[in-house]
Amino acid sequence: MALIEQLGLKKDPIVKKWFAQVVDTYPAETARFLRRQSDPFANPVGQTTLQGLRTLIDLLGAGFDVKSVQEALDPIIRIRAIQDFTPARATRFVFELKRIIRDEVPENQRSSEELQRMEHLIDEMALTAFDIYMQCREKINDLKANEMKSRTYKAFARAGLIKEPDGE
Amino acid sequence: MADETPKAEELIQIDHRPPAKQWMDVPVNIRKGMYCYASNPKSVEYLGLPNARPWNPIEEDWKLPENWQQILHEGFKERLEKFRSIKVFMDICVRCGACADKCHFFIGTGDPKNMPVLRAELLRSVYRNDFTLMGKLLGRYAGARPMTIDVLKEWWYYLFQCTECRRCSVFCPYGIDTAEITMFGRELLNLLGLNIDWIATPVANCYRTGNHLGIQPHAFKDMIDFFCDDIEEITGIRVEPNFNQKNADILFITPSGDVFADPGTYTAMGYLLLFHFLKEKYGLNVTWSTYASEGGNFGSFTSHETMKRLNAKMYLEAKRLKPKWILGGECGHMWRVITQYMDTMNGPADFMEAPVNPITGTRFENAKSTKMVHIAEFLADLIKHGKLDLDPSRNDNKIVTFHDSCNPARGMGMLDEPRYVIKSVANHFFEMPANTIREQTFCCGSGSGLNAGENMEERMAGALPRSNAVKYVHEKHGVNMLACVCAIDRAALPAAMDYWVPGVDVTGMTELVANALIMPGEQERTTDLRGEPLPGMEEADE
Repeated sequence: MALIEQLGLKKDPIVKKWFAQVVDTYPAETARFLRRQSDPFANPVGQTTLQGLRTLIDLLGAGFDVKSVQEALDPIIRIRAIQDFTPARATRFVFELKRIIRDEVPENQRSSEELQRMEHLIDEMALTAFDIYMQCREKINDLKANEMKSRTYKAFARAGLIKEPDGE
Repeated sequence: MADETPKAEELIQIDHRPPAKQWMDVPVNIRKGMYCYASNPKSVEYLGLPNARPWNPIEEDWKLPENWQQILHEGFKERLEKFRSIKVFMDICVRCGACADKCHFFIGTGDPKNMPVLRAELLRSVYRNDFTLMGKLLGRYAGARPMTIDVLKEWWYYLFQCTECRRCSVFCPYGIDTAEITMFGRELLNLLGLNIDWIATPVANCYRTGNHLGIQPHAFKDMIDFFCDDIEEITGIRVEPNFNQKNADILFITPSGDVFADPGTYTAMGYLLLFHFLKEKYGLNVTWSTYASEGGNFGSFTSHETMKRLNAKMYLEAKRLKPKWILGGECGHMWRVITQYMDTMNGPADFMEAPVNPITGTRFENAKSTKMVHIAEFLADLIKHGKLDLDPSRNDNKIVTFHDSCNPARGMGMLDEPRYVIKSVANHFFEMPANTIREQTFCCGSGSGLNAGENMEERMAGALPRSNAVKYVHEKHGVNMLACVCAIDRAALPAAMDYWVPGVDVTGMTELVANALIMPGEQERTTDLRGEPLPGMEEADE
C-alpha cells in the first residue's frame, strides 16, 4: 500500500498526535483547556489549530496545493505569531509531523523514496509557515507604526488642522 | 570553550513542553508587545498622584519609595475596611474554575496567569499572608506569599492584561466582580506611581482641558465645524450645533474619540445630523459642551478618587448650563461609571429633571437618579414611536453584525436597544454565535486604557475571541461591517479586523442611523457619511 493511502487510513491517529504536540507547547493548565473544549468560539486557539492540522494532512495526501497549504497554515501561525513563542517554537510543530508519520506508518509499509518525498513536502510546509510567521510579524509592526497616524492624524488633516510645509 | 555539539539522539530527546511548575514558582517575564509604556511623570504630578518620576518597566529598578511595602500594606488595609465588596471578594472565592477559561486574554495568550481566578489569586495570596490567620500560620500551604518586588512586578504585568470587561463575573457562582479586583489592584499600584501612560496622560488632559487628547475648546469647535462642512457637502444641509448654551433641553456628552479619531468621527457626524433633524422637526434644543468634552473616564482605571474627579466635571457643567437632563453618546466605560458609581460618588443629580423624552413622552425611569440617558435608548424610543424618517436601503451595501460593547452590555444591561436601532436602519443584519454576544460578549481586547500601540501583541491576543466570531459571520453571511456602541471599540477594532478578519470595517450605531435618516430639505444623497457611494449610486459618484 502506498504511503499516501496509509496517510488516509491513519489520518485520525496522526492528527490526534500532531494536535497533542502543538497543544503541549502551552503550559499544562492551558493545554488541558485547549484539548478539552470543543466549542470553536469558546476555544478558538484549540479548534482553529485542530481544524488547520486536519486540513494539512488531507492536503499532504492530495497533491499539496501550495495556496491551500497557505490557507490552512495561516490561522494557526497567525495565532502563534502574537503569543509567547520564539519564531522557532512557533513553527517547529510542522517538523514534528515527520516523526509522527514515521511512528504511525510501519517501516515495512512505506518505501524510503515515498518517505523522502513526503518529508520534502513537510519541509516545504515548514518554509511556508515561516513565511506566514514573518508576514504576521510585519503586520503587527505595521499596525504599531501606523495605527495612530491613520486614525487621529487623518481626522485632523481632513479637518485642515494640520499645516503641512508648503515647500516655500 | 564552546559548548559541545549535542548528538542526534540527544537532540531528539528535547521536550517541547514547558516545564510544569506551581504558579508561584513561574517568574514574571515582562515581554515586549505585552505591556504599555510607563506613565509620564508630568501627568502623574499634574494629578497630584504619588511618586511621579521617569521609570521603565523592563529595567530592574522601578524607582519605588523606600517604604513601598508598607505603603501597599496600609493601602490594602484601608481599602479592605472601606470597601466591603473587596473584603468579600478576597475571602469568598472557592477556586471552582468557572471563570478560568472565560477571559479573552487567557483564551488569546494561553497564559494561565490570565485565568481570572489566578489573576485575582496574585492579590489574594498577599491578602492571605498579610491579613488572615491561616495565611500567617501556614504560609504557602494556605496559598499565602509575602509581597516582594517580583510579586509586585507580576501584579503590574497581569493587572494591565485585564480590560475590566467583566465577562468572567457572568460565570462566577458567587458573583465576584473580577473587574473590581483589577480596579482595586491598579489603585494600589497607583499608590506607588505604577500607572501606564496611555491612562495617566489622558487622565491629566481630561482633568485640565476636558478631554483625553488635551484638545482646547476652540480646536474642539473647529473639528465639529469641519464635520458640518462635510455634512453640507453630502446632504446639502448646514447643521448648526450649539456649544455651551444655557437652558437647552439636553446637554450632550460623548467620548472625545468620536470627535478626534476615525471612524468615530462618522459617528459624531451622525449625532450632528440627528440633533439637527430633531430641532427642525420637533424643536428640540441640544447643546454640546467644550468643557465636558469627554464622556470617557480613564480615572476609573486609576483610582476611585480619580474616577470621581473626572465624573464630577460632567455634572458641574450640567449645573452651570442647566439643561433638563443629559444625553450620553456611544461610550463604553462612561456608562459603567454612570450606572454603577456616579450616584454614590457625585449623585444624586437632583438639580436636573428626571429624564422625559419631550418628543414621545417616554420617562426614562432607569435614569431618574443620574439624569443621564443612553443615545441607544433615546433612539430606540424615537424609532418605536415613528418619530424618525428612515430609509434603511441606504445601508444596503452594509452587511452588519453587532458587537455588544462590554460596559453597556454587562455594566448597564443594555442589550436590545442597539439591536432594535440597527435593525431599523439596516436591512442586512446577522448575529454572531450566542456565546460571544449579549451578556457573554467578548471584549475588543483594548479596553480599560490598553488601547496603546506599543502593546499590539497584547491587543491582538485579547481581540482574538471577538475576531474569531466576526470571522465566522464574515465567511458565512458576508458580514462586512462590525457595529458597536463604544469609542474604544471604534478605535481598537479596526486594527483587530485588519489582523484577524480583513474585509470587515467598524462603525458606530449612530453613523448607520444618520445614513438612513431622511433630513427635511436634503439634496439627493449619493454617498454615505464616509463619502462612499450609496447602493445604486456607484456611477453617480464617479
